[in-house]
Amino acid sequence: MIPAAFDYHAPSSVDEALRLLRSLPDAKLLAGGHSLLPMMKLRVVSPGHVIDIGRIQALRGVREDGRELVIGAMSTHWAIESSPLVRARAPLLAECASRIGDIQVRNVGTIGGSLVHADPAADYPAAVLAVEAEMTVVGAEGQRTIRARDFFTGVLSSAVRGGEILTEIRVSALPPGTGQAYLKFPHPASGFAVVGVAAVVRVRGGRCEAVRIGITGVGPTAYRAEAVEKALVGTTLDDRAIAAAAEHAADGVEANEDLFATPDYRAHLARVFTKRAVRAALERSGRA
Amino acid sequence: MKKAISVTVNGVPYRHEVEPRLLLVYYLREVLGLTGTHVGCDTTSCGACTVIMNGLAVKSCTILAVQAEGATILTVEGLAEDSTLHPIQEGFWEEHGLQCGFCTPGMMLTALQILERNPEPSEEEIRHGLDGNLCRCTGYQHIVNSIRYASRKIKEEGGTAIPETAGREGR
Repeated sequence: MIPAAFDYHAPSSVDEALRLLRSLPDAKLLAGGHSLLPMMKLRVVSPGHVIDIGRIQALRGVREDGRELVIGAMSTHWAIESSPLVRARAPLLAECASRIGDIQVRNVGTIGGSLVHADPAADYPAAVLAVEAEMTVVGAEGQRTIRARDFFTGVLSSAVRGGEILTEIRVSALPPGTGQAYLKFPHPASGFAVVGVAAVVRVRGGRCEAVRIGITGVGPTAYRAEAVEKALVGTTLDDRAIAAAAEHAADGVEANEDLFATPDYRAHLARVFTKRAVRAALERSGRA
Repeated sequence: MKKAISVTVNGVPYRHEVEPRLLLVYYLREVLGLTGTHVGCDTTSCGACTVIMNGLAVKSCTILAVQAEGATILTVEGLAEDSTLHPIQEGFWEEHGLQCGFCTPGMMLTALQILERNPEPSEEEIRHGLDGNLCRCTGYQHIVNSIRYASRKIKEEGGTAIPETAGREGR
């Protein structure tokens, strides 16, 4: 499969990339290319210009900024999975990255590319929702921040506008007593999440003080399972409370259908994996 | 509009003008004539096109040749040194790691990535690491045995799994 012809540009700075994005009609940004190139090979998209931002060193790497962990948008899944800083400060993101695709895909694919591609079955969306990450984007009018819950707007659609570039993902440090887990039911052939559930659970005095659940794969976009969260806060997080709360994992969501899973089956998996993810996060909270 | 790229493949520097839409696997096969890198599924699933680029195993059907500008690449043709097989090749030879051989180059190069990060992997870790490589002969058990052979051999020789000629991470 051969993509349609295009012109290739490889800017070395974000400013240069923004200038190109403004001046070239019909341009697409190329990060690791592991979502864009398959679509171009299938000719689902045939941009006239491809702007490769994968070479912009400033967009790579992980650093700390006060109480925040800052992940450059061009960091590969492998870089995130193997980063001691991410593993210590946002273990959920490292765990999530390690479950994406396969070794070769994780060596090339990037967190920024995946987030902006906004595949409804991608893994990161669940994780960034659960850790309440903030996405920094730059455009002609300067810089702005998009909260995770405002980021995913539809199937393959994000809140990043044309002419803007996602530059970094920021995650605040979580207080002690917080456990996190990402559990996924991968499609046996593609490895994409049929259902993926990210849970962040904070326990204080034997009770659930706060909980955030991000679910991917089930609906047209990843979402926060607010009904589950509400049902869990204040409980002792015993098995019964978790099972009762997890029943609401797909409430109000129009579940996706494909050859592998019916909407009912997906909703069922969402409930089962929510239960498991909350339990796993609880075990890691240091309480248990 | 064509773009000039410079790459080093198996220790040999090349420079070519290529169409931006040319995929790395076709550059290797059709421009350089290195047909040991195979096209299996052409959809990032089967791993037959795996090569090592800047020290990292990658699927060359999902990378543009222009993205490889400046890269150091190792293909299966660069594994043996003169007439001495690389330990992973020796492993596949000794443990009957192939039947038809179509997936073998990709399997061997992915195996090197697994061993580079985890020199003594368990059988389960090897199987997990091969998630992105398919063998339609279903000869997985012998492939796993071959990789365990290579793991022992590399340890014995005191070397690293990925040779210098494959470049290093972070360009």
